[in-house]
Amino acid sequence: MKHLAYLAAFLPTVALAQTDPADWDAVTAAAEGQTVYWNAWGGSTTTNDFIAWVGERVAADYGVTLEHVKLTDTADAVTRVLAEKQAGENDDGAIDMIWINGANFAAMKEQDLLFGPFAEQLPNWAFVDVDGKTVQTDFTVPVEGYEAPWAMAQVVFIHDTADLAEPLGNMGLILEWAQANPGRFTYPQPPDFLGTTFLKQALVDLLDDTSVLAEPATDDNYDAVTAPLWAFLDDLTPALWREGRAYPATGPAQLQLIADGEVDLAISFSPGEATAAIANNQLPDTVRTFVLDGGTIGNASFVAVPYNSGSTEGAMVVANFLMSPEAQARAQDPNILGYGTVLNMDALSADDRAAFDALELGIATLSPAELGTVQAEPHPSWMTRIADDWIQRYGVAQ
Amino acid sequence: MKGRFLPVLPLLTLAVMLGPVVAGLWGTLLPAFGHLPAAGEFGPSLAPFQALGDWPGLPRAVGLSLTTGIGATVIALVIVALLTAGWSGTKPFRALERALSPLLSVPHAAAAFGLAFLIAPSGWVSRLLSPGVTGWERPPDLLIVQDQWGLAMMAGLVVKEVPFLLLMTLSALGQTDAQRSQAVAAALGYGRVTGWLKTVFPRVYAQIRLPVYVVLAYAMSVVDVAVILGPNTPPPLSVQIVKWMSDPDLAMRLQAAAAALLQLALVIAALIAWRMGEALVARLGKRWIMAGGRGRVDRAVAVTALAFGTTSALAVLMGLAVLAVWSFAGFWGFPDALPDTATLKNWMRHGPSAAGALWETALIAVTVTAAALILTLGCLEAEYRHNLSVSQRGMWLLYLPLLVPQTAFLPGLQSLLLSVGADVGIWPVMAAHLVFVLPYVFLSLADPFRAWDARVGTVAAALGASPDGVLWRVRVPMLVRPILTATAVGIAVSVGQYLPTLLIGGGRVSTLTTEAVALASGGDRRAIGVYGLLQTGAALLPFAVALAVPALLWRNRKGLRYA
Repeated sequence: MKHLAYLAAFLPTVALAQTDPADWDAVTAAAEGQTVYWNAWGGSTTTNDFIAWVGERVAADYGVTLEHVKLTDTADAVTRVLAEKQAGENDDGAIDMIWINGANFAAMKEQDLLFGPFAEQLPNWAFVDVDGKTVQTDFTVPVEGYEAPWAMAQVVFIHDTADLAEPLGNMGLILEWAQANPGRFTYPQPPDFLGTTFLKQALVDLLDDTSVLAEPATDDNYDAVTAPLWAFLDDLTPALWREGRAYPATGPAQLQLIADGEVDLAISFSPGEATAAIANNQLPDTVRTFVLDGGTIGNASFVAVPYNSGSTEGAMVVANFLMSPEAQARAQDPNILGYGTVLNMDALSADDRAAFDALELGIATLSPAELGTVQAEPHPSWMTRIADDWIQRYGVAQ
Repeated sequence: MKGRFLPVLPLLTLAVMLGPVVAGLWGTLLPAFGHLPAAGEFGPSLAPFQALGDWPGLPRAVGLSLTTGIGATVIALVIVALLTAGWSGTKPFRALERALSPLLSVPHAAAAFGLAFLIAPSGWVSRLLSPGVTGWERPPDLLIVQDQWGLAMMAGLVVKEVPFLLLMTLSALGQTDAQRSQAVAAALGYGRVTGWLKTVFPRVYAQIRLPVYVVLAYAMSVVDVAVILGPNTPPPLSVQIVKWMSDPDLAMRLQAAAAALLQLALVIAALIAWRMGEALVARLGKRWIMAGGRGRVDRAVAVTALAFGTTSALAVLMGLAVLAVWSFAGFWGFPDALPDTATLKNWMRHGPSAAGALWETALIAVTVTAAALILTLGCLEAEYRHNLSVSQRGMWLLYLPLLVPQTAFLPGLQSLLLSVGADVGIWPVMAAHLVFVLPYVFLSLADPFRAWDARVGTVAAALGASPDGVLWRVRVPMLVRPILTATAVGIAVSVGQYLPTLLIGGGRVSTLTTEAVALASGGDRRAIGVYGLLQTGAALLPFAVALAVPALLWRNRKGLRYA
């Protein structure tokens, strides 16, 4: 009986032994026939279409079935993995892959909820632009191979030139313009990630010295550092759309507001989003984008695999496919998605590079040169505290 | 139906219907008092309630839950009562009745989307009137949808509850001897509305009391309509509960559970208050009746009620129309009344994934409804063969799953399922749907089943048919129409379920409703149009079948056609 108990104690470990990511043939062999539940934010129809296409491709090439579980908030997926861990579901959780970055990644990594490291062993990692793009740190947290990058994002502002012709170079000018044109600007309601991005972008732009943001926020410095942000928001809020008594729920909801002529200016985390939305009739063709004079925040989107996924091999196949030149070129196509690539053009073959060169930027997309300086994301602790504070101050209107 | 199996069916039905509710409440109660081993919390403690009390949005969220819930119920009830009082038996009433009854099956989410697309400052109404009537070149900066007072949300609930209460009133009217009462009242010189309210309404209300309570409990704790039309700064309590349930910090589930208990307490308190309100209205009403007024403003009241009833029906119909327009829209700027171009692109983009959701929706709805039908028929047949009768208390049991707020027991049920590892897949979702489908199927089928002329059965038995033979070869075929209607009701209820699918399905089960509500946050009206229309179609089609099949089946049997 004693032996049996020993054996039972060992069993979970045995079941957890997964295929070595470096042994790619073994990975693809094990992946065939697996179903990968990819939990990804489902609020953007262009992204949903892209994920559906990825599903078709990995089914055809690797026999992997990809199911897109559409989230309204990535935190939902984190909760679920955590709940499964608490409930002892260690072998075949509901989630096999998560579109993730920032605070959610930091939380999952810290609590050992992630499978890996795997990203840097994938074959297509060889093409990734490790030096030129922030793919090895995520909001200042070291990635260490626990998530694989698949898209670069940078803040741009979408404006309808029919009503707001000239770009606004900094947050002060945005405030001035908003006060002169009340009700014509809003941002997604925090804790939506784009809403909190607006808050971070405002903070970064308002501070003279942003180096403090690279370190975790402390009780000592938080109030002083964020004071300019709250002063800015106190001035801005009365001039917002609906006087700040309602906010669009997400980024794409702002597009509808621009199309309806309700607002003239919106924040986006995807330089190509405006062009793609024009192609889909979601925005008028008078829309263009701009960045702030001092630059805007940029980061990478990643996919991570929960520790208790039952289809880690399938998930790695999908992650690897997402970093392929084929998928990256499609994602960068402004008519499809318009996301920035994570690849290093110099590492690609001539044919693959040609596919990227052939892409037209689209009428509302800035060129890499025009996008200018990419500012670093603050440490996740800033965002968490700022989002909580925002809710206390503006999210539960008095 | 084997003789030994039949008597257990009512008990089984109760277990299937109430088991999840009781289990879910238990699963809510423990974490509310700080006991959630999964999060490393061991109670009992009052900390979750303290945390809830510290949330600055609490007073407003609670206020919203109360005002929107009670407000929507009162408004819907008043419209229905005055409409019936002023117009029952007339031509406009029959027309309105015909327009409203299919609206009963339109899913709440689709109706809410339609309303939002209609009344928003950039909505269809504003587009049709601009710039000609209003002079607006751009939508006005008015807080119409998602207003802090929850008015849009209340409107969304009213347009959906008016058809429900009206149909309940109509079926109650048949048992109240209304026509003769009205004739007597009219002979005594009472106006139409006053006469009806004084003589018929008290009897009708006694019959529709439970449905009214259902509306009240539902409206106070609704999530999908609140997400689409309700305010966000802060949202109503039920929406906040769902938000806390999905917070990455498991400790927030304790707070969510505490809030769920508060929601339950609010609903119970509101029901008690409503009950006391009934007594008050009854006393005032008696005084009003004794005063003997014949009613001087009857005409105006009746016309107003008709206007409200028509507006409510039109709001849903126009809402569905604008969903259709958006689903085919190319670029559509303000203030154009119609899109620049019509295109199939939206349907081609969203069609394939919507088809997957449609399949899942249909699979769940059909399976659950079939199970509900079998249980219901079994219960009714057991009742018939064993001469059981359903007491008033039995009716309460039937209504219980509809009276307990979904946000109070579904989160607990999810935690429980998770802790026993039975949370994955479509079966738990079906079991959760059955809790809500079963009462409606039962209520829809019970009266026609009991009203069946038992002498036909006696004749069949005399001709040698066994009890099972009577059931399957005589009773069920004769009741094909109500059975199909009950099926349609069951399917419509299942199609419209949002919270059970979302919470119990853990995101892996996506139906048209969960997909559509998930799209709400993205605001892509074209995608919402596609999903909203499909959702409505999935709920309406079975009703069309329920009308068409008996007509075909009984084309040679005129007497059965309206059975």
